[in-house]
Amino acid sequence: MNPNQIVRWGLKPAVFLASLVPFVWLVWSVYTGNVGADPLQEITNETGIWALRFLCITLLVTPLRRLSGWNPLIRFRRMLGLFAFFYGTMHLLVFVVFDRLAGMGFPSPFALRTYRELAVSIGGEILKRPYITVGFTAWVCMLLLASTSTTGMIRRMGARRWQALHRLVYVAAVAGVVHYWWSVKADVSRPQTYALIVAALLGVRVWWLLRKRVVAPARTASA
Amino acid sequence: MLIKRPADIPSSEITDKKVYLNRRDFIRGAAGTAIAAGGIVGAARWLNAQQPAVHGKKLVTTKSPLSTSETPNTWEHITTYNNYYEFGTDKGEPAIYARAFKAPEPWTVTIEGECAKKGPMNLEDVLKGVTLEDRIYRHRCVEAWSMVIPWVGFSLGDFIKKLEPTSKAKFVEFTTLYDPRRMPGQIQPVLNWPYVEGLRLDEAMHPLSILVVGLYGEVLPNQNGAPLRLVVPWKYGFKGGKAITKIRLLEKQPVNTWQRTAPNEYGFYANVNPTVDHPRWSQAKERRLPSLFQNYKTEMFNGYGAQVASLYTGMDLRKNF
Repeated sequence: MNPNQIVRWGLKPAVFLASLVPFVWLVWSVYTGNVGADPLQEITNETGIWALRFLCITLLVTPLRRLSGWNPLIRFRRMLGLFAFFYGTMHLLVFVVFDRLAGMGFPSPFALRTYRELAVSIGGEILKRPYITVGFTAWVCMLLLASTSTTGMIRRMGARRWQALHRLVYVAAVAGVVHYWWSVKADVSRPQTYALIVAALLGVRVWWLLRKRVVAPARTASA
Repeated sequence: MLIKRPADIPSSEITDKKVYLNRRDFIRGAAGTAIAAGGIVGAARWLNAQQPAVHGKKLVTTKSPLSTSETPNTWEHITTYNNYYEFGTDKGEPAIYARAFKAPEPWTVTIEGECAKKGPMNLEDVLKGVTLEDRIYRHRCVEAWSMVIPWVGFSLGDFIKKLEPTSKAKFVEFTTLYDPRRMPGQIQPVLNWPYVEGLRLDEAMHPLSILVVGLYGEVLPNQNGAPLRLVVPWKYGFKGGKAITKIRLLEKQPVNTWQRTAPNEYGFYANVNPTVDHPRWSQAKERRLPSLFQNYKTEMFNGYGAQVASLYTGMDLRKNF
């Protein structure tokens, strides 16, 4: 096998399966009743934290690629980003089903009214509670990125516009951290850790950008 | 026109192959180590957290008419799901970090303030002559979950009477042990240690208010507030200070820890009230654990309204939350 095939048929499936482990683990824990006294909190926390972790891992791809010089890393980025969206969507669904729908007493799924009321109920919470507002913002960003993540979409949008849109991943990461920070009661040590990680991941990009700006004119001047 | 182009990159700036290969190895090694370490720590904590408290000594108790007939939560759930920041802010952490906790011997409760009987008191003396009762109470957390817990305790009011409060005594303040070596959660200034809670004197004198020394007819596990804690069943759970080392009778209303931490979210009274939301979530319903859903409508004063509502007549409970 050449290196290209190793990535395609070896490493990518391996990373895909590894990325599913938290999900399988969670489903298995719920199924076997190993989620402690408060299963809902466990499910909510786990899906949320894994969404944030995958956002961080996705943002790590480019710096790692530049530092290591191993370019095939880029081929994992879309998949990792989609996993962030997957866990984020699970997190949102848990809120919609176990908090909102359950709060309405699980009305009939065949009545149009159910969906209208559900939308009002979800919208109300999003507007009323700032930590949900930012959390939902992060999800909407990820939704836009996920739905334009195909090669076809890149072609249709054009690389420049596509890249501009996909800078929203920075917004998603920052909003994700803020959502986490605002949702804890007193101990912000864990959100703080994620804030530092995201700050470092964005900081290194800003630093590279600035360096490029400084270096580039210097070269033309010497020409 | 001749355009002179400089050499792309001076050879001095090209990273030596040995160096960059090293760098790759280093990054790979560091990433691998971090992932492995994270996995091991995570797995160890998860396995640990699954362990409920070991059973304690049996206590001699009597039944109480103030108990609810609802089915209590299991020993396992009550001892592995605890909000006890002195032993970590994750609800699974107290079960791990309180396991090694050894209460200082003898346990002393210092009595101060507006009363005749001041000074340090051994736990033995606190318990002298009291009848331990099984009190099965609903426990409603401010986080909108609830349990039913079979406490073992005695009347706080009877205890306060023995202290002979003066006419100036209007409030009671409870202070938790401050000992970061025994309570690793206190190393971080997550809250303003030590944890302080308070009641109005008439609330403290109410027959439902108890000092607790046991659970399920056995000595109280560390993660539930051993050796001595407060339980006030019509208030949110955080009002029940744990590992109490000091009781002060006061003329002025004390400031409790959570009120100091976030005064817009937590008040002094903290009565269970479905009509007053927490700023970040609704208090109208609750999850009776281990339910996945909010399966109970939260009741005013946690369902103890018939007994305690008269304490608050004429008070604006929206303001005094």
